[in-house]
Amino acid sequence: MQQSNIQIPTFPRSAALALRVLPLLPISASLTAFSRRITKRSPGLFRRLGEYDRKRFILDPTDLPILLRLDANGGIPITTAHRKDPGDGDAKIAGSLAALLGLVHGAYDGDALFFSRDLVIEGDTAAALALRNAIDDAELDLAEEIAAFSGPLARPVRRLAALAQRITGVALMRPEEAMSW
Amino acid sequence: MVMEIVCPAGTPAALRAAVKAGAHTVYCGFADETNARNFPGLNFSRAEMTEGIAFAHSHGSKVLVAINTFPRAGAETIWHSAVSDAHAAGADAVILADVGLLAYAAEDHSDLRRHLSVQAAAANADVINFYAEAFGVKRVVLPRVLSVQEIAAINADTDVETEVFVFGGLCVMAEGRCSLSSYATGLSPNMNGVCSPATHVEYTQEGGDLAARLGGYTIHRVADGEPAPYPTLCKGCFHAGKKTGHVFEDAVSLNAEQLLPQLRDAGVTALKIEGRQRSRSYVSQVVKNFRAAVDALEAGRTLPEGMLARLAEGQASTTGAYRKTWR
Repeated sequence: MQQSNIQIPTFPRSAALALRVLPLLPISASLTAFSRRITKRSPGLFRRLGEYDRKRFILDPTDLPILLRLDANGGIPITTAHRKDPGDGDAKIAGSLAALLGLVHGAYDGDALFFSRDLVIEGDTAAALALRNAIDDAELDLAEEIAAFSGPLARPVRRLAALAQRITGVALMRPEEAMSW
Repeated sequence: MVMEIVCPAGTPAALRAAVKAGAHTVYCGFADETNARNFPGLNFSRAEMTEGIAFAHSHGSKVLVAINTFPRAGAETIWHSAVSDAHAAGADAVILADVGLLAYAAEDHSDLRRHLSVQAAAANADVINFYAEAFGVKRVVLPRVLSVQEIAAINADTDVETEVFVFGGLCVMAEGRCSLSSYATGLSPNMNGVCSPATHVEYTQEGGDLAARLGGYTIHRVADGEPAPYPTLCKGCFHAGKKTGHVFEDAVSLNAEQLLPQLRDAGVTALKIEGRQRSRSYVSQVVKNFRAAVDALEAGRTLPEGMLARLAEGQASTTGAYRKTWR
């Protein structure tokens, strides 16, 4: 038998502390607009959720002082930020921010993160799997989505994301080799 | 001849990742009960299948469509349509298990290549030759209960190509005949395309332990920091009398990468990777690794060291039945 572990970076503690004071209302409004933009650009994402497209998902970046609630809402998602678990989610997916972002960008395998306990699922397991599979198929690139949102600042945003990825080791964008196909 | 790498794809993105990583062949299924990986958020619509096959063909890869559950009485047309649609989409072969469905495919789609699914549990040359003579089966996927010597013995007595699992979730049962999942959930891979369905799985944090339940039964309880397995009955940890342990098998995955020379010498045609429920990241890593291994084998080079352990269930792997000590 063989065994090994994955090393995943964690969000800097000092930066996480700063998030404690950020106002949640504008963050929630931006996240909802952002998630609807992604839905528009990747319509297959919510289609693939199928019967789970009205579920509420709690996304818990365990190294940040906030949680996100993604209400799939039949393909018109509502994403809100919370200081603590609102308690009304159908499924909860918890892991470090780097693990969650790596999952979105296809840098990590969800099952492998789960086996190693870097990712924890609670509640409706089938809904959580459906979301994971739908996101994996959507081949999202969050940095590119933000850049597309940023008008004339698109190029600096892309450069900044690439630099931050190099320094931190966190997957902030889709791997280049995947994009060329 | 180079052994063919047959790679799983649960989504169109995974299919593209497999092709890009060097898979000779990709296998996938429709998003319904006709295939044995009928999981939430997985599989292909008819349009996605057609596009996926066109993409694979344009890059020199083949696509096999798994229609490997057993048709329900009165609902056979669902399975017949799947075979017809796979043919129309340009599939290179269909992977079937049910005798009736094999007969339908042989009669109504005679020019569509037919492979025998592992779900048919064909484990000796006589039965494999019967499938070849009766239904024109060209390849058989062997159950994961055979040793390398037994595989060699089968190949010595049949002209049907053999495909063996080399990596991924390890089913330790005679597949197609196991109903363990039904006892806990009412659903089985044979009829519903799901073993231990996620709809019946629950993880709860209890004190410092993570409890994994299937249909309300606790299958595993692991301490903080220990690898978390998926709760399947065949790999569960149970109390019986004064003993606690795994009755059938530990929570491990198959990894036969170091047995590739022996499998080639045993006459194996194709190497199958399990994991249609896994991500494109898994697909890409596993295919690249096995492609490098197969290429090295052909070139007479040393096999590369395995790097796949962390992708395994329970983060542990075994060579399963291929090395007889497992039984």
